Amino acid sequence: MTEHSYLIALLPLLSFVMIIFFLRWQEKVSAGFSIAMIVISWGMSVMVLIETLARHGKPYEAFYKFVELVRFVPEIGILIDPLTAVMLVVVTTVGACVQIYSVGYMHGDPRFSRFFSYLSLFLFSMLGLVLANNFFMIFIFWELVGLTSYLLIGFWFEKASAANACKKAFITTRIGDLGFLVGLFMVAIYAGTFNYGGVFDKVASGAIPTGIVTAAAIFIFCGAVGKSAQFPLHVWLPDAMEGPTPVSALIHAATMVAAGVYLVARAMTVFVGSAEASLVVAVIGLVTSFMAASIGLVQNDIKRVLAYSTCSQLGYMIMALGLYGYDTALGHHSPGYYAGSFHLMTHAFFKGLLFLGAGSVIHAVHTNDIQEMGGLFGKMKLTAPTFIIASLSIAGIFPLSGFWSKDEIVAAASHHPVFLVFTLLIAFMTAFYMFRLCFLTFFGEPRDKERFDHAHESPKSMTYPLVFLAFLSIFAGWVGLPWLQHGFASFVYHGEPYHPHANWLLMIISTVVAVSGIGLAYLMYFKKSISADSVAAKFKPLYTLLYNKYYFDEMYDALIIRPTLTFARLMWRFDAGIIDGLVNGTAWFTVVWSDAKQWFDTWIVDGAVNGSGWIVRKGADLGRILQTGKVQFYAFFALLLVVLVTLFKLESGSPDSESGAPVLTILLAVGVVFLAVLSRTIGRQPAGQEAKREDNV
Amino acid sequence: MFYYLALAAVLFAIGLFGVLTRRNVIGILMSLELMFNAANINFVAFNKYVATEALVGQMFAIFIVVVAAAEAVVGLAIVLLIYRNWRGIGMDNVNVMKW
Repeated sequence: MTEHSYLIALLPLLSFVMIIFFLRWQEKVSAGFSIAMIVISWGMSVMVLIETLARHGKPYEAFYKFVELVRFVPEIGILIDPLTAVMLVVVTTVGACVQIYSVGYMHGDPRFSRFFSYLSLFLFSMLGLVLANNFFMIFIFWELVGLTSYLLIGFWFEKASAANACKKAFITTRIGDLGFLVGLFMVAIYAGTFNYGGVFDKVASGAIPTGIVTAAAIFIFCGAVGKSAQFPLHVWLPDAMEGPTPVSALIHAATMVAAGVYLVARAMTVFVGSAEASLVVAVIGLVTSFMAASIGLVQNDIKRVLAYSTCSQLGYMIMALGLYGYDTALGHHSPGYYAGSFHLMTHAFFKGLLFLGAGSVIHAVHTNDIQEMGGLFGKMKLTAPTFIIASLSIAGIFPLSGFWSKDEIVAAASHHPVFLVFTLLIAFMTAFYMFRLCFLTFFGEPRDKERFDHAHESPKSMTYPLVFLAFLSIFAGWVGLPWLQHGFASFVYHGEPYHPHANWLLMIISTVVAVSGIGLAYLMYFKKSISADSVAAKFKPLYTLLYNKYYFDEMYDALIIRPTLTFARLMWRFDAGIIDGLVNGTAWFTVVWSDAKQWFDTWIVDGAVNGSGWIVRKGADLGRILQTGKVQFYAFFALLLVVLVTLFKLESGSPDSESGAPVLTILLAVGVVFLAVLSRTIGRQPAGQEAKREDNV
Repeated sequence: MFYYLALAAVLFAIGLFGVLTRRNVIGILMSLELMFNAANINFVAFNKYVATEALVGQMFAIFIVVVAAAEAVVGLAIVLLIYRNWRGIGMDNVNVMKW
């Protein structure tokens, strides 16, 4: 099965093509085909995972050369190692659940089939990204998931907010992708290949200068910052919640945003090559995680709280991976890599479940505002318990899967006091805001009577995936129990397998932190013994700051968007004034110049042509006076010529005066004739006309 | 010899004047004959005084008389055509050979 694992990615692509070209008009068939394909992919992924386990995690790689360039050869290929195998199962599992769920959620949508085709395209891209064996391919699929994310956030593009959100998501992630691209170029130049193995060998052997490794690692991390919504490019993720909720669950919680974490995990060797870059990664992760968690404390939109939670959890994973790179670079052991990838898996399940649950709630009450919900537990017998299971899992309550993975992250941070303190603080805040959400949504009195009365449990196609994911949220983490000899840590590892050991102290501390977070939420939002409003009023500036999300959007608006727009307007003015002026001026000059040339052509050239004609004609008019048509007139001229020639010959030919007498006689005679003819010819001209008339009579 | 040549010149000039000035086509033809004969007188005179032993001049004069006769035939034929075309034989009317 492993040899045919490319089919895992190609089946959703087939589904996309089929729906777009053939099945679009048959909604049920479209959905069915799409789900069938992803379920087959899921089955294959599970088999691939089993085979990988049977191989003891030995990587399988197959590729062919895409183009042979001079400097390096881009390949198309697949790499199946434990990380890939796990990601395949995670993606296909959540993908299948979300597609089944979407049948109920998207019911009646005018673009129902298109939604499934987009989901299929996304799954193809995401699975391709996971399967890729080189940076060249991962970048292609990286951009493809960005595209499908754009399409799906803007799925309800009639809503202005959705249209803006998809643009924002696309552009913001593109900034990170630019860094990623630069990183790829550096890798290509210095390693001479895109293949993971080839690059990692070069980095590990020290063939690439450390400074370059640091820069390349940070640039590659830029891509992860954009895609995984890390500080300072996190702003797109909350807005991305404008998309349909299944999309939020699949793309913006479980899979695509995890691609950044996956990238860091995949390129871990590069990060291990540079302690500085790894520290940057860890710090960015921590800052994001803390900031997002603190914003999540006060938001009222159910999906936005979850979005900030996602941001925060991704920051957690990034931080764990960064700490692993840092510790390993300095020669220490660290559970960070295992913790990050483990949390990546468990988080995909419970965060997917949270979003699907939130979608189910929204489906029931038709609002996103948790202040208008309340008391829904009794009405939603399946949604509410599964949602609470997921919340417990994310809060890190024993023995749910979130507990085990979060515990490892805490363990990874345990050697760095600052990180440890903030990690626990974030765990506390996570527990608090998740249960604030739970209590406000499912417990207490209904705050909006009308909405509450219309609320109902969602259809089975929506609740069954919830149950399945709830099951995974509980048990998926058990593969990483610290007591297992061959658990997750000895399967997915970087470098040497890590052998976790149960750290009771940390477990107890993190549980206490989580429980106290839940307890505070319980007191504030269930028992109401602490008034939430009075707390908010007490920390008014802080509350306002958090409620407005640290004013990041406003800051970007003022610092980047407005200057850009101003600059754009300036350029527009420049374009309209100077460039267009130049163009129009050129045209104007051409017209004027043409007019001048036309004048020249009409008056000078045509004048010369017509003038020469005119001169010839006038000359001819002069000449034709001689052409009287009278034979005698012509004969007279012949005579005249003969006389002249004779005269000339006589004058030049014979200078002696002996022959002068006859010549003079002839001249005399001719002269008389000439004068006589001349006088008669001129005198007779008008008379000739009269004579003609007489003759006619 | 001077007198022969003078006679010929005068005769030629009269003929020429006639050709150039007569309005009647017949008159022109007659003037032409005068010019021919002026030439004939020259030939005969030169034969008598310049090249006495040869009879070229005499022969040429006789040739010219014959040719003049033929020319007169042609000329009269033209006159006939002119008459038919213009209903008259005045040369003033015959001016079609202009532009």
